[in-house]
Amino acid sequence: MTLPSLRGRAAVAGIGELKPTRYAEGRTVPHLMLEAARLAMLDARMRPADIDGLLVAPAIMGAPVTFASMMAEYLGLQPHYLDIVDTGGASAASQFIRAAAAVTTGLCQAVLCVTADALDPSTFYTRGATMMGLPAAEFERPYGPMGANSGYALIAQRHMYEFGTTSEQLAKVAVDQRTNACANPMAIFYGQPITIDDVLNSPLVVDPLHLLEIVMPCTGGAAFIVTTPERARESGHPVVALLGAGEACTHASITYRTPMTTSPIVESAGRAFEMAGVVPANIDLVSVYDCYTITVVITLEDAGFCEKGRGGPFVAEHDLTYRGDLPLNTHGGQLSFGQPGLAGGASHITEAVRQLRGEAGERQVPNCELAFVNGNGGILSEQASLVLGRIA
Amino acid sequence: MTQTAEYSKPLPRPTLISKPFWDGLRQEKLLVQRCRNCGRLQHYPRPHCIVCLSQDLEWAEMSGRGTVYSFTVVRRPAHPAFAADVPYVLAVIELEEGPHMSGNVVGTPVEEVRIGLPVTAVFDHVTPEVTLLKWRPAG
Repeated sequence: MTLPSLRGRAAVAGIGELKPTRYAEGRTVPHLMLEAARLAMLDARMRPADIDGLLVAPAIMGAPVTFASMMAEYLGLQPHYLDIVDTGGASAASQFIRAAAAVTTGLCQAVLCVTADALDPSTFYTRGATMMGLPAAEFERPYGPMGANSGYALIAQRHMYEFGTTSEQLAKVAVDQRTNACANPMAIFYGQPITIDDVLNSPLVVDPLHLLEIVMPCTGGAAFIVTTPERARESGHPVVALLGAGEACTHASITYRTPMTTSPIVESAGRAFEMAGVVPANIDLVSVYDCYTITVVITLEDAGFCEKGRGGPFVAEHDLTYRGDLPLNTHGGQLSFGQPGLAGGASHITEAVRQLRGEAGERQVPNCELAFVNGNGGILSEQASLVLGRIA
Repeated sequence: MTQTAEYSKPLPRPTLISKPFWDGLRQEKLLVQRCRNCGRLQHYPRPHCIVCLSQDLEWAEMSGRGTVYSFTVVRRPAHPAFAADVPYVLAVIELEEGPHMSGNVVGTPVEEVRIGLPVTAVFDHVTPEVTLLKWRPAG
């Protein structure tokens, strides 16, 4: 198979990320998007006039029609390329791929990709689309699913049944990521280490998932600017380029997915690694979507870091901290850094850029040159996989 | 299992395409679309067969027997209307004819539910208009 190659054709000029907070405290989604975008432009040594592409993503509560042009105006941009990207939690990684394609084909020169969310507890139970004819509303919601929580619980239960995966193994993911968060002052759970017993003793919410295996929604935002490698060099940072990319979607509801325990990451990561011409053993940093502990285990299996079904023992045998033999989600992941809506998926990109630039401070992974990033949307539904690397 | 008019949980809104499925449940029949062209069973209902594109679909009555493909115990209410029900079982049921469906396993302590458990359809007439498909252990 010959893939149209984006390899080495686009790079990150700048990143910006807000410290997650639990609630919005008066800030709005447009406000948060502007704060994150400003930081990214400052990091890139760019001004709004230098940005000619814009990709936004919806908030969890949704976004209005023409949201991209509203945000372009609010940001003071007059782009030649704009869109709203919605692949759920994979949206930020999908923005990266679309931005790289736009830059590579000359549609525009510099694409601002921005995500944010403002958590309002008063609207928590009013989420969910009301469009007539949506299958989930008709065939699932009457039975009381707990949003994504119950979807991933079904997957975890089946994974345990098929492969013997244990709660202790899943808990190890949460514990190592918390260790990482304790080296990241930006993390929402900074300064709060946990043990495997803490995870296992936290309340069961949706069997077999415990509270500390489940991401906590919060407020924040993230942005990154994708441009040509030449223009990225003008930022003054080491240049982090896109080396491989792949997307795949096989379903929306987990009810109809068989086998339930295999995700489309098999295809998305396979394409990304093929484009980059590298294999998982070459990767220095794993920065992958972690809405639940089981998500990380299945991602490692399906991206080829270990055999299918061996993800549980694999995470138990490896040290996933920034000091470890398989540094994974060194910012803490969404489980411990925070999940500000779809900006949670952007945190895996911003952290990979920091690590590849050598700007990760106390938690810097030595000689970090290649990172694997995975964005995951829905219930292991939409996948966007990236291989990022520092280039000369 | 008929309940009163105070039923406050989310209800399906049947469409032009799905109405026969819901009408079937009200008559205690589990109907699934079958393509007359390629023979494939399809759940949930759609305007055409998503494999061969044929619009020549019929409604086939299922046996009402299946097994638990996976399940979870919901211990915190997903919606305020489910608060009185926790803990309850949300499951994916594999019909013996093949298709998968979302549903609740009822009539057994949540601790007794296992993957592979044989189950039988329960027609829960939650309102005069709507019957929900639930499942109980077989036998």
